Amino acid sequence: MDNTISVGMNRTGLDMAPLSKGPMIEFAQQESPTQAPGDAQALDEMRRTYALEADRVGTVPPPARLKGMATTMMDTLKGNRPQVLIDKLGERLAYERTGVRLYQAMIVKASAASSGPVVDPAALARIRDDEEAHFHMVAKFLQQIGADPTAMTPCADVTGVAAAGHLQVLTDPRTTVSQALNSILMVELGDNAGWDLLIELARESGHEEMVQAFTVALETERVHLETVKGWLRQAVLEEAT
Amino acid sequence: MAINLFNDHGVALDRQRFTWKELVQKPISKLDDDAFTRIRVILMNGVEHDALRLKQVALRMNRDQREPIAKLMRVEQHQATAINWMLSADHSPLETTIAYEQVAIEVTASVAQLEPDPYLAQAYRFGLLEDFDHLYRYSALLDRLEGKDSANILQGYTDVVPGRPTLVHHRAPENELLEPYASDAALATKLHAISLVAGEYQTHDYYMNVGPLFADPVARMLYAEIASVESQHITHYGSMLNPDESLLEKLVLHEAAEVWNYQACAQQETNPRLKALWERFLDYELGHLQVAMQLFKDVERRDPAELLGDGNLPPAIQFKSQRDFVRQTLAAEVTLRRDGTRFVEEDAEAVSSLAYRNHMNSEGSPSQIVSAGYQWTPGTEMNRNAQAAGQPAAV
Repeated sequence: MDNTISVGMNRTGLDMAPLSKGPMIEFAQQESPTQAPGDAQALDEMRRTYALEADRVGTVPPPARLKGMATTMMDTLKGNRPQVLIDKLGERLAYERTGVRLYQAMIVKASAASSGPVVDPAALARIRDDEEAHFHMVAKFLQQIGADPTAMTPCADVTGVAAAGHLQVLTDPRTTVSQALNSILMVELGDNAGWDLLIELARESGHEEMVQAFTVALETERVHLETVKGWLRQAVLEEAT
Repeated sequence: MAINLFNDHGVALDRQRFTWKELVQKPISKLDDDAFTRIRVILMNGVEHDALRLKQVALRMNRDQREPIAKLMRVEQHQATAINWMLSADHSPLETTIAYEQVAIEVTASVAQLEPDPYLAQAYRFGLLEDFDHLYRYSALLDRLEGKDSANILQGYTDVVPGRPTLVHHRAPENELLEPYASDAALATKLHAISLVAGEYQTHDYYMNVGPLFADPVARMLYAEIASVESQHITHYGSMLNPDESLLEKLVLHEAAEVWNYQACAQQETNPRLKALWERFLDYELGHLQVAMQLFKDVERRDPAELLGDGNLPPAIQFKSQRDFVRQTLAAEVTLRRDGTRFVEEDAEAVSSLAYRNHMNSEGSPSQIVSAGYQWTPGTEMNRNAQAAGQPAAV
């Protein structure tokens, strides 16, 4: 597909409906006395009511091996709330696993591009493989502390909700390579920050082996971030000139 | 070229085929296609779904006609798919909702002007002012939830101001029914009612499906509230249909309504790909009508001309902005309410509706909450805030 954005018959703006624009605005003003009283605060007030009543999206599952929990958890997880580490590990696992699918979609998009910026599918495949390796590594650490790497933790669930928009962007055949890269860049920025925080959490919990492995992963993610940034910069600047 | 329901046979049912690739074609552009192309897509998806709905009932009640009915449904399922999949994935569910309400307003306004029966024309105008208000409430939600301007979807064709306020739409069930059209009513009257009930049904079903997809509790409340009203509208328009018609009579009339709608779409479509689709499906529908008419002759031993007259179609829905008509209706009839099957002024509204409504609204009205102080402004209400603060607005 053609990978450039062109000028065309975009009908969304009111300048495309010059005869309607003025009358629409005037009519909206004229009819304003029929509005419900108040302002947008009313909406926020109801949102607060629901926030106060809300349950959470779910829970962190207890470690599958109760005996393992008694020994492994007590020995290895420092602090009072080990479920926070399990939840964030679950989040990272889910993020990396979805990342594999996002990069797979990006590879298809890059290889289907007939013009515009060129992104090497082989380079994308290497990043995809890194994401998969990270997924397996996090799964291994979850098992080591007696947690279930097949469970969806609350943070894993919420990060999946956040990724939904990126999946739509990446898998839509109509989006360009640079539009897709923009989405990938946001994913990588979040990924970098996520690893950074996870390292700190692992350190606080006394998991030195995790700290070491995650630090290596973060270095790899930093390379991904710079690579994607470079591709996007090049793609947009080339398209603009 | 004018269609004649008896002379134009279309494509025979056994020659109507699809591939999966044909069902999933390139979608329309949210940004570049004309809003009326999207309106036609939504309307015809609704009409096809209603065709399926009627036939599923027919299947359950007619042992001997099950096979031809099943064959018709297979094609209609795929017609509905090919049409509905024309909506592109960059429409958020709320943006699609705006488009659904635009369909309800523009199509109902056109039908209200075409309708020869004054009582039913009144009923269309009554429903129109309610869907018009829904558009305003959903526009407020789109602005305040997603930070988007509904005019991006409406493309300047439809006003965004309060109509009959949604909080007073909630009526007791007995005040939702209408007097049905008579068996000898004009063909136009029958086709109008069939088409409108189809549109309202799919709107209701859409809101029932997407409502729970929203995280925001106020959005969930607004969808719950308006889905309830759309359910009332299904009864409102559905009760126009003559309950004394036989099932096969309904089947013939429904197929005729589909032909009538596809012809209107084919005649007025501006997107060449969609025009080709409407023309293809017009031919398919003419083929379906042949099957329905044959069943009618074979089973009921009646002449379809009893229902379809000389076979000429009544005037088509006009896919164009009905702004002036909507404004006139708003000015003249916004205070109308219901008492049984009658339209009355607000001080004469049935007490049973007031009691029902007061209870439903007693813990807050979602439509009022979401739109408190909302005035549509190009580029979202943030531009109005900017103007109020003396800053330049991006208008």
